[in-house]
Amino acid sequence: MAEDILHEVTQADYKYGFTTDIETDIIPIGLNEDVVRLISAKKNEPDWLLEYRLKAYRHWTTMKMPEWAQLKIPEIDYQSISYYAAPRKNAPKNLDEVDPELLNTFNKLGIPLEEQMALSGIAVDAVMDSVSVKTTFKETLAEKGIIFCSFSEAVEHHPDLVRKYMGSVVPHTDNFYAALNTAVFSDGSFVYIPKGVRCPMELSTYFRINAMNTGQFERTLIVADEDSYVSYLEGCTAPMRDENQLHAAIVEIVVQKNAEVKYSTVQNWYPGDKEGKGGVYNFVTKRGICKGDNSKLSWTQVETGSAITWKYPSCILQGDNSSAEFYSVAVTNHHQQADTGTKMIHLGKNTSSHILSKGISAGVSNNSYRGLVRVAANAENARNFSQCDSLLLGDKCGAHTFPYMEVNNDSAVVEHEATTSKINEDQIFYCNQRGISTEDAVGLIVNGYAKEVINKLPMEFAVEAQKLLQITLEGSVG
Amino acid sequence: MNTTNNNQSQTLTSPLLERLGEALLTIKNLHANINGKEILKGLDLTVRPGEIHAIMGPNGAGKSTLASVLTGNPAFEVTHGSVTFQGKDLLELAPEQRANEGIFLSFQYPVEIPGVSMVNFMRTAINEQRKYRGLDQISATDFLRLMREKKELVEMDNKLANRSVNEGFSGGEKKRNEIFQMAMLDPSLSILDETDSGLDIDALRIVANGVNKLKRPNNASIVITHYQRLLDYIIPDFVHVLYDGKIVKSGTKDLAFELEERGYDWIKQEVEEAP
Repeated sequence: MAEDILHEVTQADYKYGFTTDIETDIIPIGLNEDVVRLISAKKNEPDWLLEYRLKAYRHWTTMKMPEWAQLKIPEIDYQSISYYAAPRKNAPKNLDEVDPELLNTFNKLGIPLEEQMALSGIAVDAVMDSVSVKTTFKETLAEKGIIFCSFSEAVEHHPDLVRKYMGSVVPHTDNFYAALNTAVFSDGSFVYIPKGVRCPMELSTYFRINAMNTGQFERTLIVADEDSYVSYLEGCTAPMRDENQLHAAIVEIVVQKNAEVKYSTVQNWYPGDKEGKGGVYNFVTKRGICKGDNSKLSWTQVETGSAITWKYPSCILQGDNSSAEFYSVAVTNHHQQADTGTKMIHLGKNTSSHILSKGISAGVSNNSYRGLVRVAANAENARNFSQCDSLLLGDKCGAHTFPYMEVNNDSAVVEHEATTSKINEDQIFYCNQRGISTEDAVGLIVNGYAKEVINKLPMEFAVEAQKLLQITLEGSVG
Repeated sequence: MNTTNNNQSQTLTSPLLERLGEALLTIKNLHANINGKEILKGLDLTVRPGEIHAIMGPNGAGKSTLASVLTGNPAFEVTHGSVTFQGKDLLELAPEQRANEGIFLSFQYPVEIPGVSMVNFMRTAINEQRKYRGLDQISATDFLRLMREKKELVEMDNKLANRSVNEGFSGGEKKRNEIFQMAMLDPSLSILDETDSGLDIDALRIVANGVNKLKRPNNASIVITHYQRLLDYIIPDFVHVLYDGKIVKSGTKDLAFELEERGYDWIKQEVEEAP
């Protein structure tokens, strides 16, 4: 039975596999200082940013790809990738000016912009490849002094803010991919919530890789000033293709005194085909800092896509009484590999962190949780609770847990719990006997398993995430 | 078979009985294996609408195997024979199709499904059944009304319905939950596999009441049990003794009393002495 299940899972194809024929502006492949200068010039960037990019590039050339993760990464030729692609047409002012082909793509993904604007009250900064195509609700947000725009626009209109915070949480020297991103980042989103402002809507960005052989290097910066609040959603799907795609993003979050940021992700990049051919390499550096006292940051992620995922949304708990949460569901199927988790760095007094990780492996995939909890010597009364659960579908997949704890203060309480379980054939048969097909039963059981995390997502995302879990594991037990 | 006691013992596949009405379920010469070991060795049984059949027999006779095979548990392999349910070849159908055709199994050991609420589970099951039968999804109002109604029927605590499927339920609560699901899904054939095991007398009464209230002229039940006790509450039309993979004796309710009194050894002897 388990074999059948496995067989069926491996038969399920990626549902969002299509590409759109939009003309893109691509620079030739390869990476050197001239390419970095070209990217910067195409974006009319100020000198300080060009210098920062070059500094990062020079540092990158001295670095090596990290090899400590539980991942088998094929050799990547960084000179065979094109580092910039942008839709060629000028930015449209309303939907009528948007390329119908693009709108159609969004519709296929179930993201009708117009409906979203009208119905859900979500401001969408839709990123098509590297350049923002459409930004909505900007005026509404502007009334409250909230800045929500593409990174390029932020560089143009709010250079002081960008310069102050960019690289303050993830320095260009942080790691190989962070250095690469800093050198060649194309675009992304920028959010600034002023003091005392509660952002009245969920901020949302849909990303999409859409050009052949084009690495995607997003850069997101979120700054929540004192006493402010924002909930930010990021979700993505990618079209099917043969070539591996490199995706190395950076997300930086700064949370000031008494502020709160919730960051939610549903990640569904193309995972490659059943034989493990193609698929996105997702090497992401996401980190936030709870800078001020009583600040709060929460990461929630549902990871179902990408051939390889290397991602550890982390938090530095610098302010006293600050708290951080990490809720994660990571699903791997076929030949997918994921090494994901978090880092909680306790620096301030009375800080607390909570980690809840739910891994689901099927096919011949490998799914690892890697988490660090570090309590600094001065971090009195730090508190951490970590729970890492793994669910296996079939007997050819792997689940691994790598918890690291570095506790340098005796007053700390750090707890770690881990479980591993298999989807039980009796559970499936029980559902079958109630008229529920095996496929739906797996969806039901997996969603039940992941419920605690899914419930942390904003409503509209939770529904999407539930569907995604089921689609990803379609036929995984039978 | 037993010929000395004709008023109690009947061969249910006799031409006389077949004429009494269209059969709901007809099992002919059923053989089934688990892990290569033959458990059912030529089982015959006919069930008509409105009937309650009790299947009794010693441990290891194949009682639970019969329930598993009828519901399509993939652990079992049918090697020979036929099963017709409402005119369809049951063995050709997947487990969920059999369920949606109207076969319900009250499990001896109901499984726990963490994180899946009873409400969500039942709504999914009902909608799958409706889809199978070409009906629209049930409305939220109708569903909640149905839940309320059926919960009362089995005297089920509201709290249980909001918990995950069977998670942390006591033995009695699990069995009651099975009967609740049976009431929700309204099957034409329900199979109760040792539903009385592990139940105290009050729980037994509640479960049996539930079953009795669900009895109608157009549905039928197969009650698998070890003890006559349950049959004080659920009155069977027929009692069959399953021994070594076959039904070796059939009779009325009185047969159950006889088994309670005399045990199974005399049956075994009869079978072994038969030519």
